[in-house]
Amino acid sequence: MTIDALDLNFIPEEDEALRGPVRSFLEETLQGMPADRRARSWMGFDADFSRALAERGWLGLTLPKEYGGAARGPFARFVVSEELLTAGAPVSAHWIADRQSGPLILKYGTEEQKHFYLPRISRAEAFFCIGMSEPGSGSDLASIRTRATPTDKGWLLNGSKIWTTNAQHSHYMIALVRTSGEPQDRYKGLSQLIVDLSLPGVTIRPIEDMSGDAHFSEVFFDNVECPADALIGEEGNGWAQVNAELAFERSGPERLYSSMVLVESWLRHCRENVSESSVRLETLGHIVSWLTVLRSQSLALTAKLARGESPAIEASLVKDLGTEIEQAIPRWIADVIGAEPEIAVSAELRRTISYLEQLAPSFSLRGGTREIMRGIIARGLKLR
Amino acid sequence: MDMLSEALERLFRERATPEVIREIEAGGDPSGLWAEISDSGFLDILLPEDKDGAGVSLSEAFASFMLAGFHALPVPFVQTVMARAWLDALGVEAPPGMIAIAGPETQRSADGGLGVRNVAFGKVADWVLAEFDNLWVVLPTEAARVEGEQVRASLSADLHWASLPASALIVSSDTGSACSPINLAAASLTPLMAGAARRALDMTLEHVAERQQFGRPVAQFQAVQNQVSVMAERVWAMRMAARLAFHAGGVQPSRELTAVGKTRCSEAAVLVADISHALHGAIGITEEYDLQLYSRRLREWRRAGGTEAWWARRLGQAVQASSGSVLDFIIANTGAVERAA
Repeated sequence: MTIDALDLNFIPEEDEALRGPVRSFLEETLQGMPADRRARSWMGFDADFSRALAERGWLGLTLPKEYGGAARGPFARFVVSEELLTAGAPVSAHWIADRQSGPLILKYGTEEQKHFYLPRISRAEAFFCIGMSEPGSGSDLASIRTRATPTDKGWLLNGSKIWTTNAQHSHYMIALVRTSGEPQDRYKGLSQLIVDLSLPGVTIRPIEDMSGDAHFSEVFFDNVECPADALIGEEGNGWAQVNAELAFERSGPERLYSSMVLVESWLRHCRENVSESSVRLETLGHIVSWLTVLRSQSLALTAKLARGESPAIEASLVKDLGTEIEQAIPRWIADVIGAEPEIAVSAELRRTISYLEQLAPSFSLRGGTREIMRGIIARGLKLR
Repeated sequence: MDMLSEALERLFRERATPEVIREIEAGGDPSGLWAEISDSGFLDILLPEDKDGAGVSLSEAFASFMLAGFHALPVPFVQTVMARAWLDALGVEAPPGMIAIAGPETQRSADGGLGVRNVAFGKVADWVLAEFDNLWVVLPTEAARVEGEQVRASLSADLHWASLPASALIVSSDTGSACSPINLAAASLTPLMAGAARRALDMTLEHVAERQQFGRPVAQFQAVQNQVSVMAERVWAMRMAARLAFHAGGVQPSRELTAVGKTRCSEAAVLVADISHALHGAIGITEEYDLQLYSRRLREWRRAGGTEAWWARRLGQAVQASSGSVLDFIIANTGAVERAA
C-alpha cells in the first residue's frame, strides 16, 4: 500500500468556483429547514430538490457531455458534494446514481445503455438503488442467492434484497445476482443486472428505522422477467465490477460529513454562548483536526479517481477513519453540552444529537462494515 | 524519492545506526554525528540561494524531514534546519551548532531566571530557541543547569538559566508574519512523529509475518489483522497531518495547520506505539530490540511541543473566533499556496 504516494492535492480553481453558486442556492432553498431534518443529509429524499440541482447542471458532473453529463470530473463533484453534505441538503434521490451507478454504467455499459440511462441520471429522472445485501448475506456478499436465469427473452429473476437504501423511491436497482454456478462458487458466476423496479413481480417493503424514518427497504423478486439488456457489463464479472464501484462509494466526502450538520449547529450554539471552557475548545479542536486531515486524504483519493485509478484499499482506510469521527462527533458534543449545564440548549440541537446518536452505528455498516474495511486494509498490507 | 531525501536517507541509515543512537542516548558525544550532517551542507537547505541555501520550501523538505524520525536520528536536525531559516527570515544570524526548540512549558521567574521543560533534544543541543511571552531568545545550553534527574535514555531535558546569559541571542517578537517559537517547535516534531510511526509499522508488519504461534504466522489471525489495520490508518493519518503542518510556500509553518498537525499526530502516536508493542509481545519492551527506539520517541514527541490537548484547545479557540463554518475554516487553511519568493 502506497502510504507515501498520497500527497496533498488541491481543487482546481475552475471546480472551486462552483462552491459559491451552490452555496447561495442552498442557503435560499434550505432556509428554515430544521437541523435535525438536515442531519438526514444523504438519507433525506426530495425528488424536486434533485431536479432543481439537475436544472442548474450540478448532477452528472463526472459524466461526458455526449451522455448528458457536464464533463467536469471528480473534483467538481467533490466541491458540490461537500457543499450539499455540510448544508444537510436532501440529496438521497439522486445520490447513489450520481455517485456510483452513473460511473458504473459509463465504464461497463453498452452504447445503448449509456445513451439510455446516463442522460436520465443527469436530469434527475432516473433514481437508482444498489441491491447487494440479502437476508442471509451481509458482509459475506459472495454468498448471495438471488438468481437470474437466462431465458430466450432475457433473464428470469428470483430472490430478495434487504437494507436497500431508497428502493421504494427508485426507478432502477443495480443488483448483484447469481447468473451461473452455485453459492459455494463464491464470486464466480455473479453478475450485475439493472432491474426496472416497475416490472411485475417486484415487491418493495420499506423498513422503519429507530428514528422513525424508512430510508431502506426489503425487495422481493418473484419471477421477474428482465430483458436481455438488463445485464450490465459481462456475465460473471459482477464481483470485479462491484469492487470497482465501491471505490467510488467509499472514498467520497459522505464518509466524513455525516455528522457535519451537528458540528455546524453546535458551533453556532458555541458562538452564541461564548465560553473558553477547556473541554469545549479541545473537543472543537479535535473535531477540526480529524476533519482537516481526512478531507485532505479524501482529496488525495479524488485525485486518483481523476487519473482513472481505482484506489479501493485507500478508500477503505478513509472510510474506516471517516466513519470513526462521524460516530465520535455526537458522543463528544453531547458530552461537552452536559459539561456546560449553565448554558441552555435548543430543542433543535438536542433533536439533532439524538438523531445522530441513534443512527451513527449505521455509518460504519453502510457501504461495507468496519470489520470488512479492516480486512481489506490488512490484505493491502499483505497480511492475508 | 527526491534527491535530497535520497542523500539524507543514506546518511541517516549509515551514520545514525541503532548502536550510535544508543551510545548518544547513554550520554555519548553527538558531535561526530552532528559534524557529518553539518559538513554535508544540509543545514541551510531552507535558506534562499543568495544566502548559500538551497531555496527549498517546507513543503519540499517534508519528505526528507520524515526520514529523521524514521531513523530515530538522535540529534535535532529538523529543528536546527527550521530554526536557522526562521532566524534568517528575522534578520538574525544563526549560531553554529545544534538548536533545539522549546514548546509551551517555559517559565520566567521574578528573579530573572529562565526555565524550559520537556524540550526535545534539549540534552544534546548547543542552543535552545524558546519563547517567554514576548521574549523570544536563543539560549546557550552550556550556560544552563540541567534540572532534576532526567528520564533514562531520553534526549529531552529540563534546563534552567539563573539569568539571561550574555551569549543569548534575543529575537524581536514584534515580527508580524513570522510564526512563534512554540509553533515552530510543534511543527518540527510532526514529520519526526510521522516517520517514527512509519518505522514502527514496518517493524510490526515484519514481526507479525515472521512470528509463528499455533502453527502459523500471527499475521493470519483476524484479531491481529484488525489491530494492524487500525495502526496503519493512524500512520497514514499522521503522515497527512504532518504534511499539512508543512503546507507552506516558504519557511514559516502556519499556526492553524501546526495545530491540526500536532493535535492529530500526538493523538495518534500513542495508539500507534501501543499497538506496535501489543503485536510484538514481550520482545518489544526489551532494551535490545529496536522497537523501543521509535516507540519511546513517539510518546516523548507527543508530550513535547504541546500535547494534543494544548493544541486542540488553540485550534478550537481559532475556530470559535472565526466567522465562517468549520468547512470554511478548513478550506481557508488548506488551499494551494504561492511559493514564497
